[in-house]
Amino acid sequence: MFASAAIALVAVLWWATAGALDRQTDAAIRADALALAERWREAGATGLAEAIEERLAVDVENESIYLLMEAEGTRRLAGNLDRWPGTTPAEGNWFRTRVLHDGIAAEARLYRVELPGLRLLVGRDESEREQLRRLLTEGVLWASGAVVLFALLGAWLLRHALQARMSLVFATTAAIAGGDLGARVALSGRGDEFDRLAQTLNAMLDRIGTLMEGVRGVSDAIAHDLRTPIARARAKLEDALSDAPDEAALRAAVEQGIADLDGISRIFQALLRIAEAEAGARRAAFAPFDLVPVLADAAEIYEVAAEAREQTLATDLPERLELVGDRDLLLQAVANLLDNAIKFTPAGGVVRLGARRVPEGVEISVADDGPGLSPDDRSHAGERFFRADKARATPGSGLGLSLVQAVAHLHAGDLRLEDAKPDEPDGRVGLRAVILLPAP
Amino acid sequence: MRILLVEDDAEVARFVRKGLQEAGHTVEHATNGRDGLFLAASEQFDMLVLDRMLPGGVDGVRLVETLRSQGNRTPVLFLSALSAVDERVKGLKAGGDDYLTKPFAFAELLARVEALGRRPSVDAPATKLRVADLELDLLSRTVTRAGKRIDVQPREFRLLEHLMRHAGQVVTRTMLLEKVWDYHFDPQTNVIDVHVSRLRQKLDKGFDRPLIHTVRNAGYMIRAEP
Repeated sequence: MFASAAIALVAVLWWATAGALDRQTDAAIRADALALAERWREAGATGLAEAIEERLAVDVENESIYLLMEAEGTRRLAGNLDRWPGTTPAEGNWFRTRVLHDGIAAEARLYRVELPGLRLLVGRDESEREQLRRLLTEGVLWASGAVVLFALLGAWLLRHALQARMSLVFATTAAIAGGDLGARVALSGRGDEFDRLAQTLNAMLDRIGTLMEGVRGVSDAIAHDLRTPIARARAKLEDALSDAPDEAALRAAVEQGIADLDGISRIFQALLRIAEAEAGARRAAFAPFDLVPVLADAAEIYEVAAEAREQTLATDLPERLELVGDRDLLLQAVANLLDNAIKFTPAGGVVRLGARRVPEGVEISVADDGPGLSPDDRSHAGERFFRADKARATPGSGLGLSLVQAVAHLHAGDLRLEDAKPDEPDGRVGLRAVILLPAP
Repeated sequence: MRILLVEDDAEVARFVRKGLQEAGHTVEHATNGRDGLFLAASEQFDMLVLDRMLPGGVDGVRLVETLRSQGNRTPVLFLSALSAVDERVKGLKAGGDDYLTKPFAFAELLARVEALGRRPSVDAPATKLRVADLELDLLSRTVTRAGKRIDVQPREFRLLEHLMRHAGQVVTRTMLLEKVWDYHFDPQTNVIDVHVSRLRQKLDKGFDRPLIHTVRNAGYMIRAEP
């Protein structure tokens, strides 16, 4: 591409220079011929011959060619040619031929002028111009050759460099195609387009990795943790089938079996929701909405549950909190936190639901009067099926906080667990769960 | 009611059909979408219960879309193993009226079928709902029992309104959450029961005859007779 452009340029240059030389020569000859013809009109054949001799005398470079002869016959009147060139064409005034002038054989450009009773040839020796043209042609050819050579060399070098930079990407993609999802493209640190491509690829791979982990997490959870309740339900049913003393006992066992299966369905549903949230699949359901009425609804739904346990549910909500997100999932997350808080708060305690705008975005907090979580338990609280030792006696699946965390992550936020009252002397520090959502 | 059930799983179909028949409904059954569409388009039904995914090239969503494009407005309840929110939205957008995720309790299905089949007519909006001596005024938003004013909170009013609009029918906890609170979520605990029992206390306090009844393994029902 580059080479052909360069060659085209050289060709244009060549035609321009060589052509200009030719045109210049022709113009000089024509002007000379016109001047001589004018001289003849003024001073006749003798004056013309004199003028020619004068010109030849001052022509130090021996370039000019003149020949004045009678129209009929062979008598030479003036000029530096011995005889009329044999190869004169019948038609046209311009021609090019080989002549002998001043004892030198040379290529000449000639112009023929017919005057009454006379014939005149005006011309220029073109040997020097030919030489110049040859030099020029040679130069052009060399230059073209060099251009082609450099173009090929450049292309090869560029390709080589590209291959060297891309080979990292190729190696990584090949590794991934081969099943190693942990492979990442190494960055050169130059911050150029290749690094940007590598970064984008790595981000894409991280995302795929997260999705895969979500899927793997769900299958792990299903494998390990749904088997237990299923086995339990199955054992109970089998036991009732063989040992139930009467129909009432059998009926009770079947009802228990249905309740167990419903429980399993709910765990399954919760796992799917967590997986969907973690995989970001529910981002399609994102819409702008005001968080405050949703939180007020959550408070209203759970207030009665708190009152039934002689607790108070206090709210501290602003006027409005505009947010973009999944309304149902955020309600579910807050519901899980409220449900936990109510479960772990003793009678007479207070559960506080609050929300406010902070510099980082929006903060939703649920604080309780319960025993709180040890720092060690806190770090595990977001894991599926994790239940702190203190919580084993309370009903629950161990999925509540994991869903809250997944929902927070889905909204590009985070779940933070801390002591609600770190200075409480009797150890009832309480738990404050904070969902921090970045501002849109 | 005359109900068309389109369900390819024989066991689920048998179970649903038997239950609906025991509840006094007539049930026609098709095992694939093509037959289901043919039956739904050629005969008169009060209600369609459709599996979302069906064999035979016509799935539940296609079936409803086709029926709706022909101007058929028969209420449709989707049954589906697909629980994702967008699946639900897809089903409702196609023209479905309700969506129930498998596995489900039969009581839940029956309650939803009856609620859909006897939806209040839109053209004559009532301004007052009555069950026995309980009266709910939709304009002044007041509740009276035997002429005595009962103070209820706005949410309790909506809860009562929903129960009264479906007087004599079972309303499940999930239906209440969806219709009264307008959320699709799992409340983990029995919060809905607590709300209903609070409302019940307000209504029945000082009266011999309870109006809101708990239907075991199903939900609640408001009715005049004990």
